[in-house]
Amino acid sequence: MTQNGTSVSIEDLSLNFGAVSVLQTLNLDVAEGEFIVLLGPSGCGKSTLLNCIAGLLDISHGRIFIKGKNVTWEEPKDRGIGMVFQSYALYPQMTVEKNLSFGLRVAGVPKDEIARRIARAAEILQIEPLLQRKPSALSGGQRQRVAIGRALVRDVDVFLFDEPLSNLDAKLRAELRVEIKLLHRKLENTMIYVTHDQIEAMTLADRIAVMKGGVIQQLDAPQTIYNRPVNRFVAGFLGSPAMNFIDGSLEKDKGDWHFVVEDVRIPLGTYAFEKEPTPGLAVFGMRPEHVAFNSGSGWPFSATANVEVVEPMGSDTLVWLKLGGQNFTVRVTSERTPSNADAVSIGFDPMRASLFDAQTGNRL
Amino acid sequence: MTAGQITATQLVQEAPDQAGVGPFGPKPRRVSAGRIGLYAFLIVAALFFLIPVYIMIVTSLKGMPEIRLGHLFNLPGEPTFQPWIDAWLHACTGRDCNGLSPGFYNSVKITVPSVVISIICASINGYALTFWPYKGANLLFGLLVFGAFVPYQVVIYPLIIGLSSVGLFASLPGIIIVHTIFGMPILTLLFRNFYAAIPVELFKAARVDGAGFWRIFFYIMLPMSVPITVVAVILQVTGIWNDFLFGIVFAGRPNWPMTVQLNNIVNTTTGVREYNVNMAATILTAAVPLLIYFISGRWFVRGIAAGAVKG
Repeated sequence: MTQNGTSVSIEDLSLNFGAVSVLQTLNLDVAEGEFIVLLGPSGCGKSTLLNCIAGLLDISHGRIFIKGKNVTWEEPKDRGIGMVFQSYALYPQMTVEKNLSFGLRVAGVPKDEIARRIARAAEILQIEPLLQRKPSALSGGQRQRVAIGRALVRDVDVFLFDEPLSNLDAKLRAELRVEIKLLHRKLENTMIYVTHDQIEAMTLADRIAVMKGGVIQQLDAPQTIYNRPVNRFVAGFLGSPAMNFIDGSLEKDKGDWHFVVEDVRIPLGTYAFEKEPTPGLAVFGMRPEHVAFNSGSGWPFSATANVEVVEPMGSDTLVWLKLGGQNFTVRVTSERTPSNADAVSIGFDPMRASLFDAQTGNRL
Repeated sequence: MTAGQITATQLVQEAPDQAGVGPFGPKPRRVSAGRIGLYAFLIVAALFFLIPVYIMIVTSLKGMPEIRLGHLFNLPGEPTFQPWIDAWLHACTGRDCNGLSPGFYNSVKITVPSVVISIICASINGYALTFWPYKGANLLFGLLVFGAFVPYQVVIYPLIIGLSSVGLFASLPGIIIVHTIFGMPILTLLFRNFYAAIPVELFKAARVDGAGFWRIFFYIMLPMSVPITVVAVILQVTGIWNDFLFGIVFAGRPNWPMTVQLNNIVNTTTGVREYNVNMAATILTAAVPLLIYFISGRWFVRGIAAGAVKG
């Protein structure tokens, strides 16, 4: 821990490409040893932000600090960062060993020191048998290990990952995800990780920064983002299958708030409002896994509906219904899969819901 | 089209019905009339273009008395290599009777430095334009591409004035500069397009590793550029070797390349026209590009495809 505890600090960062604003007065503080995931759809500016931190893009406005040092105008190599790219970006004409040592040779590190650091990185990443091979003779997972090793040998303060697992197949991705997590535990470096994959974000991050349109929408621990999304975009982006959204209105009835759509009235007695709401149009969000299925009464809200479509996904099944005339999905274990057109009952506790303003999309 | 469909239907009907399942296994190969016609045309066309080559080789191996008989297509009765020796060592260009050999060495002296210098410049150009975009880079690239379409003849006179004002007109460095300049648009285009296909992340990774402009170029980009460099060498060697116009204008009499010497030998009007020597001299001059075509056929086709602009 340094004195102020921050490893990377971004102040009022803006970036424009001509008239197009890619990042807008963005602020982000990353604590020492923290694993931050920048999550968002393509084009949200997450990779651009990473390139700005790395010094590969010139920013339009603002400052960047790494380890308390203002690096806004520094060259990438002087920032104490290592970067891992989606396409691995290994130098194709060099062996794995030369790939690892390239940065050190550029920096003029003595030969025995280079050998020592390569041996350490190769041991950590278990790539010792591959050192004399060319990248073309490696599998995707091995290539990405070497790419991580290239950042590792440089003894950097901050690791930057730019969608490192997106080129791998699902099985390898899961394996390497765990390895990256173990690596972080072992090295205790600060890591900033860009991805569009919410599973990677949820599993790896200490904190997730959900981005959209060059703005950080929410920066919080994964569980907080999952359970209490600050707006409709964050709510819809995280979670698979996606959260149910029902358009309706908020009404106050004998002192209690209700969410009303057609003949459905959902009592909101247990819902924690951000602040006292006003009656009007709103969106009711409920995750499919938070809905109880055919489990009797006793829920603050329950209803019956006819099954429209059943989507078996192996471990569990997604059941599509209509609630208040709108699509509503429920996640059930595969043993309890109903048939099409069955009449079923559902129930949930609005405590787990998320209510959003119909206009702004902000959490109510 | 219709013919093909009919054949297909017939084949399906004629094929033994595999337990009533219709088409089964690999699709039968058909030889259609169109195919036969196409190959017949290709063979005839190839023969047509080979006739002059045949006549050249046959004539170059005949003695003058045999040529005077006028049997153009006959094989040489008494094959002789004397015309080839004469063409290389003794043929006259005006007053000098040293054959083609001085021209050959001149062409080598012109081609080798021109090819090397133009490719070095063009690869650096392409690299800088791709990875180090600066203000006006696109404009410069646009101008370069435009340069590929400027007819040579238009700029010859201004170039003569320019080169003579710096004392390089009619000299070896002068002709090398001219070839380098005129190779620049197409070669830069070639290299730029090649580098543009390299993932930019590779360049970023090298930047993070601390490499600068030249180190990235020499250690990472250049080792990857072997295929495109081979293409560029082929393009430039054949282009510069075959050049006549720039050679005669800019090289100066002592440096005249082989093509110019060949022209002088063939067009010498004094005495008897030695067809056999002329044929041998022509084949000798064309030998270098021909050799390159044959050795590097695969690469050459790639070069044509990559630099489709050059006519």
